[in-house]
Amino acid sequence: MTDSTKAALEAELEAEKSSDVTANVEPRPSLLRRLATTPVWITLAFLLVLIVVFSVLAPGKFGTASNLSLLAQNVAILTVVSVGTTFVIATAGIDLSIPSGIILGEVFAAQVLGHIPVAGGGTAIDIAGENTTAFYILAALAASLFAGFLLGAVNGFVVAYMRIPPMLATLGTLGGGLGVGLLLQKGVNVATYALNPVATGHLIPGISNLVLIAVVVVVVGYVGMHMSVFGRHTLAVGSNEEAARRVGLRVRRHLLKVYIIGGVASGFGGFLSLAYFSTTSVGGHTTDNLQAITAVALGGTSLFGGVAVVLGTLIGVWIPAVLQNGFIIVGVNPYWQLIAVGVVLIIAVWIDQLRRRGQNRR
Amino acid sequence: MTSTDPSMNPGAPATGSRVAALEARSIVKSFGTVRALRGASFEAYPGEVTALVGDNGAGKSTLIKAMSGVYSPDAGEILVDGNAVRMSNPLDAAGLGIETVYQDLALAPDLDAAANVFLGRELRRLRFLTDQAEMRRQTAASFKMLGVGLVQDLRVPVASFSGGQRQSVAIARAAMWASHVIIMDEPTAALGVIQTGKVLELIDTVRARGLAVVFVSHNLPEVLQVADRIEVMRLGARVARFRRGEADVDRLIASISGAYANEVTA
Ligand SMILES: Nc1ncnc2c1ncn2[C@@H]1O[C@H](COP(=O)(O)OP(=O)(O)OP(=O)(O)O)[C@@H](O)[C@H]1O
Ligand SMILES: [Mg+2]
Repeated sequence: MTDSTKAALEAELEAEKSSDVTANVEPRPSLLRRLATTPVWITLAFLLVLIVVFSVLAPGKFGTASNLSLLAQNVAILTVVSVGTTFVIATAGIDLSIPSGIILGEVFAAQVLGHIPVAGGGTAIDIAGENTTAFYILAALAASLFAGFLLGAVNGFVVAYMRIPPMLATLGTLGGGLGVGLLLQKGVNVATYALNPVATGHLIPGISNLVLIAVVVVVVGYVGMHMSVFGRHTLAVGSNEEAARRVGLRVRRHLLKVYIIGGVASGFGGFLSLAYFSTTSVGGHTTDNLQAITAVALGGTSLFGGVAVVLGTLIGVWIPAVLQNGFIIVGVNPYWQLIAVGVVLIIAVWIDQLRRRGQNRR
Repeated sequence: MTSTDPSMNPGAPATGSRVAALEARSIVKSFGTVRALRGASFEAYPGEVTALVGDNGAGKSTLIKAMSGVYSPDAGEILVDGNAVRMSNPLDAAGLGIETVYQDLALAPDLDAAANVFLGRELRRLRFLTDQAEMRRQTAASFKMLGVGLVQDLRVPVASFSGGQRQSVAIARAAMWASHVIIMDEPTAALGVIQTGKVLELIDTVRARGLAVVFVSHNLPEVLQVADRIEVMRLGARVARFRRGEADVDRLIASISGAYANEVTA
């Protein structure tokens, strides 16, 4: 801003301070109106209804603290991955390579553990959970994050610099990454208990570390998306790439960073998965990408980019999990969960689009 | 900021000794086989409104994008205050104090007005967080100061604004940041009578601050009303220049259509 503008502005602000300028600037829409216009509240209400219904149908089984905390543990890894995917989808991109990221995260960690010699023979991969050290855990973590970083960097490069549509770019790295994982493991999974404390320990009494980590990731994702300049730019790129370019944002570099975030989140998911399940899982995780995309879409993040709701993603992770768990507990064939999630997904996106169409006068 | 000596005559074709705030010299720009600019020249002086007129497809928007760092010219020179500059992206232009309201507005529809106004120059807290409240405050204040028709709610995405309101956001953004030259590509095209009046007032305000204003419009009476100088483009090159009072609607139409020229094209 020029000095003269600034000076004038300041004078203006000064003059308005006592009067109603803040009231003018921020007329908080009524709670009711916000509830009605934000689809997150609809999905949140739906989730709460589900929880209430299952609690009523299976008293003493579904709504118990132990069942809910088990559920929280079960969704923790998907939560971590989905927060990363939220950033990718916010740019109007997509990341199908999540299973690769998870598996490479597991495999890189396992490989590193398998190369750290332990006093008394053998390697860190064979060590028991109670004998592990912070060094082994950090080495494995670094390996997982690096795996995710590599995958994300390749995705970002192919999307942003080679201008390959994200769907195809990440379809390519999905296959490629799975291949690398299989090659590194020679097609065989390996077990390790060295990372168990990460998943099963309780840094805060009563809360499994896995859940704690997921909560931290959600908070970081929330701040990163909704409060930071980086998040603002992510949404701008997703909303109108050309507008972002015209104001001088380095769109390609930004996209690269966003895909790296997606990759690192998957790699970290792999680390957690290895810690939780005590084994690599090459050949597994095949639908994790679709589950993550489902969660993000259920949560109100627009697949067309520009609009993202990190807390919505959290809700989107929980709805399918609650349906699955609840159906099993009340004795409904859990295959119905797949159908129910499909229906809910389509309805959620439909409501969101109706709302947007009503709002956009383009 | 340079102040203007009103006794000096900036007009065309003899330009006098004043230095243009922004000048294009013999710009050539092709898109594949389409030659959008064929040696286009243009000058805008500080404290003056220079209107750029021409038929659809004459190359006005392309010339503007070449002068604001969006396109790099195939040949020719851009000068700021008489010094040749290279602008390889819009950030370079912004660094020189040149701001542009593009014909296609270039707003992020999903972001609110303040986010758009401050996009790429966010006010920060703790280095990496946005200072949302302060940006909204300054946006509201500057909208008010610039007399831009105020937008109801600064929280809603600009996608929900009317065409005129979106136009206002784009204009306010440029006016807020420009310190040397402000370029507006058909800023009144989507506006009603009252809004148009406000934009023309705003142009006066910005000119009074000593900025060079470049103004593209198809509305010739409006051009004659607001412009200190008029430059006419046809088929990718300048064909005529007029000072205030030298042109009328008929003569402008004649130059736009090729029946009249007072310029030897390169
Ligand atoms: N990105 C582009 N790719 C290809 N051709 C283009 C591009 N931009 C402009 N052109 C062509 O260049 C010529 C000049 O276009 P330009 O938009 O500069 O005209 P204009 O004078 O601004 O017209 P209008 O008054 O309709 O806005 C046209 O023939 C147009 O089709
Ligand atoms: Mg144009």
